[in-house]
Amino acid sequence: MSASPPEIRFDDVVKTFGGAARAAVNGVTLSIPGGTFAVILGPSGCGKTTLLKTVNRLIEPSSGFIFVGGVDTASVDPVRLRRGMGYVIQNVGLFPHMTVSENIATVPRLVGQDDAQIRRRVDELIDVVHLPPAEYRERRPRALSGGQQQRVGLARALAADPPILLMDEPFGAVDAIERTHLQDEVAALHAQRARTVLFVTHDVDEAFRLADLLIVMRDGRVEQSAPPLAMLARPATAFVSDLIGADDVVRRLRAIHVSAALEPAGETDAADEPSVDSHASLGDALSLLLDGAARLAVRDGADLRGVITVAGILRAARRGATAS
Amino acid sequence: MHLVAQSLDFALSHRPEIVVALRQHIALSAAAIAAASAICLPLGVAASRRPWGRSVITAVNAVRVIPSLALLAFVLPWLGLGFTSALIALIVLACPPILVNTDIAFRGVDQYAIEAARAMGMSDAQILLRVQTPLALPVVFSGLRLASIEVVASATLATLIGAGGLGDIIMAGLELEQPAELLVGSLLAALLAVAAAAAFSAGERLAVARS
Ligand SMILES: Nc1ncnc2c1ncn2[C@@H]1O[C@H](COP(=O)(O)OP(=O)(O)O)[C@@H](O)[C@H]1O
Ligand SMILES: [Mg+2]
Repeated sequence: MSASPPEIRFDDVVKTFGGAARAAVNGVTLSIPGGTFAVILGPSGCGKTTLLKTVNRLIEPSSGFIFVGGVDTASVDPVRLRRGMGYVIQNVGLFPHMTVSENIATVPRLVGQDDAQIRRRVDELIDVVHLPPAEYRERRPRALSGGQQQRVGLARALAADPPILLMDEPFGAVDAIERTHLQDEVAALHAQRARTVLFVTHDVDEAFRLADLLIVMRDGRVEQSAPPLAMLARPATAFVSDLIGADDVVRRLRAIHVSAALEPAGETDAADEPSVDSHASLGDALSLLLDGAARLAVRDGADLRGVITVAGILRAARRGATAS
Repeated sequence: MHLVAQSLDFALSHRPEIVVALRQHIALSAAAIAAASAICLPLGVAASRRPWGRSVITAVNAVRVIPSLALLAFVLPWLGLGFTSALIALIVLACPPILVNTDIAFRGVDQYAIEAARAMGMSDAQILLRVQTPLALPVVFSGLRLASIEVVASATLATLIGAGGLGDIIMAGLELEQPAELLVGSLLAALLAVAAAAAFSAGERLAVARS
């Protein structure tokens, strides 16, 4: 699959549940460019799950449109639509009567792949989510820890290599250390193979760690939609500022990846310059810059990825900051 | 140990009658379970998916307080003596446990597993067949097991309305004050109930293994 992942666009989406006085989603218009890792952040009950489920039509909007790759989803057979989207939820929803490999093989089997193909793919996926296949293939979900179950849930969602991944508080029930590992792995997966990801969370740290695009929701509406650094620099409302803790810039910068403000190294040989690892955070980079370095080389092993400067961080903070 | 010898003696000397009674008993019970399953399994699945399901189940559950003897007395004036009357009474008896357990079984399937299945692009039929049914099977089967035990036990009363079965032997034993005959009839009825339960347990293992 070399085609670039599709854009997801919401056009004035409203969802009012039967009997509810207020709309759960109240006029959301939003574009998520193809290949973006978008994180929907907001307090419990603000409509994040509802909005997410309108994308794969587990929930039908009361009004408005959702376009995936430019196609109105209401015009697509929901079963076909869903086969092109992975879905991971906090409660995992693994099939308790199936083994790990049977769970992961669900979609490949649905679409009629042959046994050899499925077996190869399952082993590959168990490996991708860092579980040793030989040990885990034949286990039942209840014989796994919460974090391991979540890995299987992720593998199952990735089985058909969908260009879109929908994740609803997927790491909410996992302990803090495992949670950080899973976040790193999801970020690494995204770096390897760009998908359009819609990731729901109420955890601000998690949002800043993962997002290319941060979408803050409140009472069924989008309060602000911007790259994390830009939102940090210019929160659109007091609500956003309070929610993301914009006062504590240093803490937030520790969660944002250096790639958010990476610039090309240019022609100068950066061999002697101070450098940071490509996995470092902007917080780490800023500390070094404040120590007096004019610019930092960002390295992945021996490879030079680019440079970080104070001016570059400021430029990145301004980029997209007017979006809402 | 005198009674045991007498019972053995009775069983050996009355083999033909015993075989007939046993056959009638099995036929009556099997027909009742089959009919009740055909009605209540689909109804239970349907009830589990609808808001009104709960009230239907509660109503049906109330039927369970009626003793089997009263049921027989109830159908008698309408349907007269014979196999059909006994069958209807036993079907009514078998329905509640099957219906209630099927409803509970399907309601109890993890909602998130169903949601995940739907999100993966399974059709409603695929969700029912591949996710809900295998997960519901154990509780459904325990309902069938319960119903079969109740039916086999209550079918001993069929003799009262002329539908035969092991009740013939038990009643004869009572009337003629022949404890051996009474013992043989009761023991066979008990064994049959255990066998029916075992058969459903085996069926459950097979079904779970295959799904
Ligand atoms: N199936 C439903 N029926 C009725 N109300 C619902 C349903 N699902 C969610 N809601 C309501 O819609 C609002 C938004 O819910 P949700 O999207 O789950 O919020 P979040 O995921 O942000 O916590 C809440 O007030 C919730 O109670
Ligand atoms: Mg939610």
